Amino acid sequence: MSTVAAERGRARIHWGRLARRHAWTAGVYVLLVGLILYWRTIPAQWGTFDVQSLAIDALPFAFAAMAQAVVIISGGIDLSIGSMMGLVNVVSAKYMFDATTAQPVSFREAIVLALVLIGGAALAGALTGLIITVTKVADIIVTLAMLFVWGGAALAVMQIPGGGTPLEFSKLAIGYTLTPWLPSGLVILAAVILLVWIPIRRRRPGLALYAIGSSRNASFLAGISVARTRIGAYALGSALAGMGGLALTATSGIGDALSGQYYTLNSVAAVVLGGVALVGGVGGLIGPVAAAFVLTLVKSIMILKGVDQNWAQVIQGTLIVLVVMIGGLALRQRGKNL
Amino acid sequence: MSSAPQAAEPSAARFDVRRLFSDNPVAVLTLVFVGLFVVTDIVNRVQSSEAFLTPKQVSTTFLYAAILGLMAAGQTLVMLTGGVDLSVATTATTGAFMISSYATDGAAKAIGMALLAGLAIGLVNGIGVAIFRVNPLIMTLGVSTVTLGALTIYSQTRFLAPAPDIVKKLGSERFLTYIPYNLLVWLPISALIILGLRYSGFGRMIYAVGDNAVACRLAGVRTWQVLLAVYALCGLLSAAAGILLVGFNDAADLGIATPFLLPSVAAVVIGGTSIFGGVGGYAGTILGALILTVLDSLLTILNASQAVRQILYGLIILALAAIYARAAAAD
Repeated sequence: MSTVAAERGRARIHWGRLARRHAWTAGVYVLLVGLILYWRTIPAQWGTFDVQSLAIDALPFAFAAMAQAVVIISGGIDLSIGSMMGLVNVVSAKYMFDATTAQPVSFREAIVLALVLIGGAALAGALTGLIITVTKVADIIVTLAMLFVWGGAALAVMQIPGGGTPLEFSKLAIGYTLTPWLPSGLVILAAVILLVWIPIRRRRPGLALYAIGSSRNASFLAGISVARTRIGAYALGSALAGMGGLALTATSGIGDALSGQYYTLNSVAAVVLGGVALVGGVGGLIGPVAAAFVLTLVKSIMILKGVDQNWAQVIQGTLIVLVVMIGGLALRQRGKNL
Repeated sequence: MSSAPQAAEPSAARFDVRRLFSDNPVAVLTLVFVGLFVVTDIVNRVQSSEAFLTPKQVSTTFLYAAILGLMAAGQTLVMLTGGVDLSVATTATTGAFMISSYATDGAAKAIGMALLAGLAIGLVNGIGVAIFRVNPLIMTLGVSTVTLGALTIYSQTRFLAPAPDIVKKLGSERFLTYIPYNLLVWLPISALIILGLRYSGFGRMIYAVGDNAVACRLAGVRTWQVLLAVYALCGLLSAAAGILLVGFNDAADLGIATPFLLPSVAAVVIGGTSIFGGVGGYAGTILGALILTVLDSLLTILNASQAVRQILYGLIILALAAIYARAAAAD
């Protein structure tokens, strides 16, 4: 501990750099707070119900955003996130529901199944990463192919929506902890960030993740195993997508092979809005999570304002396109300044 | 029986095949197409004791392939520049919707509106990619989502008539017994694209931009104009595919073109066009479209579910992309 403290002491804090690095994320949080303040004024009686429904809507999206963020930081992109979520969704809903007795399985069995599925999703992601590193085919092509492989597998598991889940498992996502103002979904998100992401980021694998996203050649020359880190990034991303799939099961109570289809694009949009550069090596997971809440909230506000559901979808999509266009423009400006 | 020459021979033969494949993919793909057709014929004879290798089925294969071929044509142009267009299916659906909603105003206006809508979507994609430098995949996926949402609203508010007779005829009928009318659309466009890519300045520019956009820009090429034009063309071609599709299906619905999205990418990848741009051409894509159409018939004969098809398409793209990547690395 003393060496860490000594190092901290030696390293001066570059306030300017700190501000520049986190300005975008901070901006997203300011936007989120602004939206929440506005959102509070719309319903006649804004309260715990609204807070909980926002958390329920945003939970799978937030996991998708985190999954995409990890992969994009490593310099790749994963188009199969949505279908991986759909696959985990149908498998969990199918096996958390005992068809012979028409009853959900016990909570304990559901948790074991959930952990197995997260592990399975991580393995599937590792496979994707392995294919990318071995065949040297572009990330986009491999993950596009995997999008269809997982999507097809999900359809094979469950052709029409069905299945179920124990109420206690649903409560993990739709219930609340301690006070009705604190939805359990938020607690789970915070736990994943604090217990999974922060430890990884602070250690060598996290450093390697950012390094290969920044420059693969330089990382290789610095002695980082680029292939292993890329595989690890896809595995971690896929595990997070698996959690997103479980979140879909918990929040909707059923399995639907197509439930994940919007999350591939939305996750990329949340990542861009959340301050992760598409070229890799820049950003974190906290920003994309906030961005997922912003995008969900924009849609909820529109629906509360009486905008038709389909129109809300169109407007949200247009906003996403505008966000990535402005992001592209920012990248271009930065390129000019260099 | 010394083992040395035996070992040398197959490796030499394998080298030649790979060489042939990378030098002349079209010849190899033609062989694959014919081979697949024969396999389908055998499977069909076994299953239902009916031949598949008949003039009628060949004609049907071309009839189906024309729609995919047109969608993959735009995709080829875009992929030659190093991009990808994931909005081709919804653009085709938009074209089909325009035909249905303007059917009562006459075929000419309906076709005009369909092409115009396709051009507009293509231009939006192009503006995002060329001017705002958005990743093509994200831009086109986003535009596709928005378009689909808009079509959903549109379909709720507007009466959709069946397609005009001339569009139906174009999309589903044949002349001289065996020749589908839609080849009258597909063949000239194919010739134009193949020749245009090879001989026109714009065609060469597409390859150049795909090969090295920065070098192009430094050499004085207005890269953004090339990209804008390519995405606009892709929109136009996708709308044309949508016109043939609604002619084939009679009426438009929201999911009419969805099954073509992945095959449009697959056809281009099978045809040997690199996802990184600069390498490939439309001739390969045509064969890719034909191969996928026969494969689809084979899967139908084998009673494969949608799930199996989807997985298979994914694996085919993966396998071919890997083969091409290896061939490129060997050069």
